[in-house]
Amino acid sequence: MDLQIALLLGQDGLSNGAIYALLALALVLVFAVTRVIFIPQGEFVAFGALTLASLQAGRLPGTIWLVLALGTVIALVDGSRALRGRQFRRIPWIVLVNCGIPLLLAGVLFAVSAASLPLPVQVLLALMLVVPLGPMIYRLAYQPVAEASVLVLLIVSVAVHVTLIGIGLLFFGAEGSRTPAFTDVSFELGDTLLQGQTILVVVASVVLIVALYFFFERTIYGKALRATAMNRTGARLMGISGTLAGMLSFTLAASIGAFSGILISPITTIYYDSGFLIGLKGFVGAIIGGLASYPVAAAGAILVGLLESYSSFWASAFKEVIVFTLIIPVLLWRSLKTRHVEEE
Amino acid sequence: MRHPSHDTAFLLLFIAALAVAPLFLPEFYVTLLNYIGLYAIVALGLVMLTGVGGLTSFGQAAFVGLGAYTSAYLTTVHGVSPWLTLPAGLLVTAVVAGSLGLVTLRLSGHFLPLGTIAWGISLYYLFGNLNALGGHTGITGIPPLQLFDLEIRSGREFFYLIWVVLLVVVLATRNLLDSREGRAIRALRGGSLMAEAMGVNTPRAKIVIFTVAALYASVSGWLYAHLQRFVNPTPFSLTQGIEYLFMAVVGGVAHVWGAIVGAGLITILKQWLQDWLPTLLGQSGNFEVIVFGLLMIFVLHRARDGVWPIVMRLFPQSVSRVRVPAAELLARRPLPASGSLLLEVTDASKRFGGLVANDKVSFKVRAGEVMALIGPNGAGKTTMFNGISGVDPLSSGMVAFRGERIESLPARHIARLGMSRTFQHVRLLAGMSVIENVAIGAHLRGHKGFVAAACRADRAEEARLLHEAALQIERCGLADQMYEAAGSLPLGKQRIVEIARALAADPCLLLLDEPAAGLRYLEKQALADLLRRLRAEGIGILLVEHDMDFVMGLADRVVVMEFGRKLAAGLPEEIQRNPAVVDAYLGGVE
Repeated sequence: MDLQIALLLGQDGLSNGAIYALLALALVLVFAVTRVIFIPQGEFVAFGALTLASLQAGRLPGTIWLVLALGTVIALVDGSRALRGRQFRRIPWIVLVNCGIPLLLAGVLFAVSAASLPLPVQVLLALMLVVPLGPMIYRLAYQPVAEASVLVLLIVSVAVHVTLIGIGLLFFGAEGSRTPAFTDVSFELGDTLLQGQTILVVVASVVLIVALYFFFERTIYGKALRATAMNRTGARLMGISGTLAGMLSFTLAASIGAFSGILISPITTIYYDSGFLIGLKGFVGAIIGGLASYPVAAAGAILVGLLESYSSFWASAFKEVIVFTLIIPVLLWRSLKTRHVEEE
Repeated sequence: MRHPSHDTAFLLLFIAALAVAPLFLPEFYVTLLNYIGLYAIVALGLVMLTGVGGLTSFGQAAFVGLGAYTSAYLTTVHGVSPWLTLPAGLLVTAVVAGSLGLVTLRLSGHFLPLGTIAWGISLYYLFGNLNALGGHTGITGIPPLQLFDLEIRSGREFFYLIWVVLLVVVLATRNLLDSREGRAIRALRGGSLMAEAMGVNTPRAKIVIFTVAALYASVSGWLYAHLQRFVNPTPFSLTQGIEYLFMAVVGGVAHVWGAIVGAGLITILKQWLQDWLPTLLGQSGNFEVIVFGLLMIFVLHRARDGVWPIVMRLFPQSVSRVRVPAAELLARRPLPASGSLLLEVTDASKRFGGLVANDKVSFKVRAGEVMALIGPNGAGKTTMFNGISGVDPLSSGMVAFRGERIESLPARHIARLGMSRTFQHVRLLAGMSVIENVAIGAHLRGHKGFVAAACRADRAEEARLLHEAALQIERCGLADQMYEAAGSLPLGKQRIVEIARALAADPCLLLLDEPAAGLRYLEKQALADLLRRLRAEGIGILLVEHDMDFVMGLADRVVVMEFGRKLAAGLPEEIQRNPAVVDAYLGGVE
């Protein structure tokens, strides 16, 4: 391996690592606030990328049907509960939020040809289609069992993941998609070419991480989430609704996931099931941080990206084996570090 | 608990139906039943792991793969007999599962399933990328099984092999769960802390059930390899691993038969959906996962115990009231002479971050005396109990029990030395009967292990353990509730069950944390009488209690704690007159 290849691989590893870091942060966030190990995080990456690709190809993204369907189910569930509780005033609001907004989105999609829109608008539209899935899935799959054990929540997560994989195949087909690069700019760095898209990914990730930092440090909702993460019951006693915190963290996770997907789809071809492995690599990073520390999780994720990139050079067939076996020494290290006292 | 004769009748009927099934069923259904059997063996491991032990694995398919690939490789490349590759596969699986378990099982619950996802993926890619294992195309030409002169080739012949193996595994699992080690396994889910205090080595129990579940998977893989006579990585992927867990959860993850029901339901449903969904959706692909996922979410929301308990509700239930057979008494430990020093606590301190819960507390307990530890709420009494019994070790200080330093020993070693305790917040296994709960206390007085339990070589010892448990329950006056679920008793009686469980350990020092709370007057009298009898036998008792009449009427000596420090010590009469104690309890005059 010469320096040129090393730099190229490093570049690759860093941009993938930045994405894994974003996902790792989302995973730590969701786990801290809701105790949900959010296996479907990766599906948001795939859905984000493939929705954008569909829009650009002038196809109607299947995501809209999912948003409509989930919205309708939530309206039915919440509506019938409101009926039984004789809270008739809430019903128009429930229907408006859960059915009205998806219908509006669908109307926009039918009215304009998305392929001809400028890229930023397409990105925005894709995010608007994918992000609502986060809180909707929380409402339907997790909220009814929010008090269950981590184990039950994890099995729910796996079930949601499996469902979304099937739905992804249904909507986007088995072929992969690649979206055009956001920028064609490239810089010469010695002998190697530094791709503008790579810089964009890294910069966007850093900006997002800084934005998250300010969200958690400076805004009341961010503080509410942190409070919930520290002590669920205490936060509830202070008037922070567990449901709101759950919805909010899932919205953030969905946004981060979809945005990551949009960022990397010009770099790698994304298939309906690519998200899972991408998300799991974020997980390896998050586990390095013990599912608790944000900075360590981010650093771990970047390490995973680099490891993956260099091992694809040395032993490309065993790339996944190496990345996922990394978790074993990590777990060993964590198990030696922590003295776990079980308290039910 | 179901009546044993019902169970036997059901089992015989089931076996009879299986025996004749291949004679009547068309080939297609025999194949389907073969797969159901193979999957059920794996799901059964998950029942033990998840439903009973409270651990989860999504990576069982990888262990199936280890069994299958070991046999495929050894038979095709080295020409080893399939009957030898079975133990070889089991060995490989045991080593891999044992070391993976060793790494992850010490961590809190969710790291294990995450770990299983990771190595589920890495083993899958390993199978697919090792040239020796044929890469993604796999290994063909695996020889059929041969039993003497009979070649087991056809699906119908294999049917009997698969279902005999399954039945053996079912019976072994049932036997195991209904034994000394089985009770320890059942305590893992929600009762690890208590089990450790009763002397159970919980990390070991976890590794054992994790390994056993992996071995079941490995056996299934061996059968699969010789049934298909061809292996490739696909059936050992994470997706299949997830499906195994779905089978167990849908069928009823806490029930042995739930594994078979779940494997049957999911396999038939999958077959049916794979026929219909692509036609319905106009596309080809594995769309059945959408239905499976939604079904799983529904089951977890609405019927977390799965289908089996729902089916069972349709049949008449009768509570089993088998008398515990009279058995030889268990050997008792020689008690130290009355008055000799049992426990010596010196400068015991415990800090939780900045909070000092115990600050240099010292006291002694002698054999044949009741020593009471009293003090206002938050004085650090329970913390002291946890420190002495090793449940939550002290930060500093010295604890000597019968002349041996114990402050850095784990709870289960301290239990072995003859210290037994109750918990202030009752730690019973609510779903288990009173006698089973009490029998956990006698864990260290039995020695038969997992293998003996699985093949019922432990019955004589088991009878003695249950007999001992029954004696302690009678002694504590709960004979009428012996077979009721512990969780159904009123709280006061549950505390008495805790005492019976502690007594079943045959202790020489008994630590009782608020035993009289929630008892009525007469019950308190009976408890005091029991404690006096124990004292007369020469047992030392360390008692935390808020009921002053109870304490003062019973205790030989009293230590008073306040804000983590020892405030006073002495005879009950002295304590009652001590102005500092009166201040602490009634508040000083400002």
